[in-house]
Amino acid sequence: MGEHMIRAQLVQAASEDANPLFPNPWEILATTVGFAVLFFIVVKFVVPAFEKAYQDRTEAIEGGLSKAEEAQAEAEALKAEYERNLAEARQEASQLREEARAEGAQIVAEHKEKAAAEAARITEQAQQHIAAERASAEASLRHEVGTLATQLASRIVGEALEDDARSQRVVDRFLTELDAEAAEHGSDASPTGAAR
Amino acid sequence: MHSLALRAADEGGFSPPTISETHLPEIFPWMAEWGTGFGKQMLMIALSVVVIGWFFTWAMRKRALVPSRTQYIAESGYHFVRNTVAKDILGERYFKPWIPFLFTIFFFILVNNLFGAIPFLQMPSFSHAGAAYAMAGIVYITWIAVGLQKNGLRYFKLAVVPSGVPKYILPVLVPLEIISNFIVRPVTHSLRLMAVMLAGHIIVMLAGSGAEFLIVQQDGLLMNATGVLVLLGFVSLYFLELLMMVLQAFVFVLLTAIYLQGAIEADAH
Repeated sequence: MGEHMIRAQLVQAASEDANPLFPNPWEILATTVGFAVLFFIVVKFVVPAFEKAYQDRTEAIEGGLSKAEEAQAEAEALKAEYERNLAEARQEASQLREEARAEGAQIVAEHKEKAAAEAARITEQAQQHIAAERASAEASLRHEVGTLATQLASRIVGEALEDDARSQRVVDRFLTELDAEAAEHGSDASPTGAAR
Repeated sequence: MHSLALRAADEGGFSPPTISETHLPEIFPWMAEWGTGFGKQMLMIALSVVVIGWFFTWAMRKRALVPSRTQYIAESGYHFVRNTVAKDILGERYFKPWIPFLFTIFFFILVNNLFGAIPFLQMPSFSHAGAAYAMAGIVYITWIAVGLQKNGLRYFKLAVVPSGVPKYILPVLVPLEIISNFIVRPVTHSLRLMAVMLAGHIIVMLAGSGAEFLIVQQDGLLMNATGVLVLLGFVSLYFLELLMMVLQAFVFVLLTAIYLQGAIEADAH
């Protein structure tokens, strides 16, 4: 393609001054064929690739969302279970407390009963003891009284028992002697001692 | 190269680039006498097919759930066509099978338009009427075929006889509808794209040759400075062009979706 040829063609074109609306039929053909080829490429490769990517992305996002929902539901279930367990534990604890309280009350009652029984036992023992003391005291007293009565009788018999005034005097004297004897023994004299 | 050739054609003063120059000589000119041959425009069409096909298959080769930066960009482009164009216009029920068609149209036109903004390529393929006619023709045939497939021959009646209109207006309205739907629609659909791209391309050529003429060919310092001004103006126009390139691709695919929607749901209109 030489400079000369271009110049010649341009000169020719300028003289005719081509109408821009008049098409070159081969350009129509070239454009149509070009469009057809590109259309084929687009239909066959480009659009499927885009639509596939679009669909994949939609699925990925929707899948992610549903997965998140699932996780949330799981968490909710777990939380509900924890709450139920907690309530159960609380109830159990309160039940235990109640039981302990009841047991404590029972123990206290038992102890009270035992203490009462003990007290009763002690009281009884003391009473028995007292009774025994009293019996022995009575016995020794009786013996003493007998001796004294014998002494008194011998004295009375020694005197004349003709009038009341005399016997009264004897008795009074006897009793005074008894008193004096008691005073002689002093305050340390036990009932047994006094009886003696 | 342009201005070099231009000077040969017209020695002396500045001659603006012509429409004819948007059709560069064939790269392989051995069949030029039959008007065939492999021109730059055809090379760009082929290049766009390779670039789009390669980019999207490469970006999606991993199909990662968490996209890489490249995959994210590709997905943004795809979802723009899928949701903003296809789903919003065709509706939830019908949009799925039309995604590839709309996707191909949008990126095919977008990339070919953007070629006009890339240095050395610097030519939007759709500034050539043939390419725009081809795309509009494909869309035209498609929506008519879809209308016939969905509604049978009744489709033509549905398409040109608006419902809920008094009978006496119909003789006026029906011819208008026929002209507007079946004749004007494909023409505007293709020419809108082609004209905007051609205008942008001519601006690029004009700024390029104008700046070169002022800076290189003229001797005065003032003239050279004006050339720099031309370049500065060109930079802002370049960004405007960039916007137009994206916008035209969007408008084209949007209209395609609207035509398809009209054909699919002709009953509702």
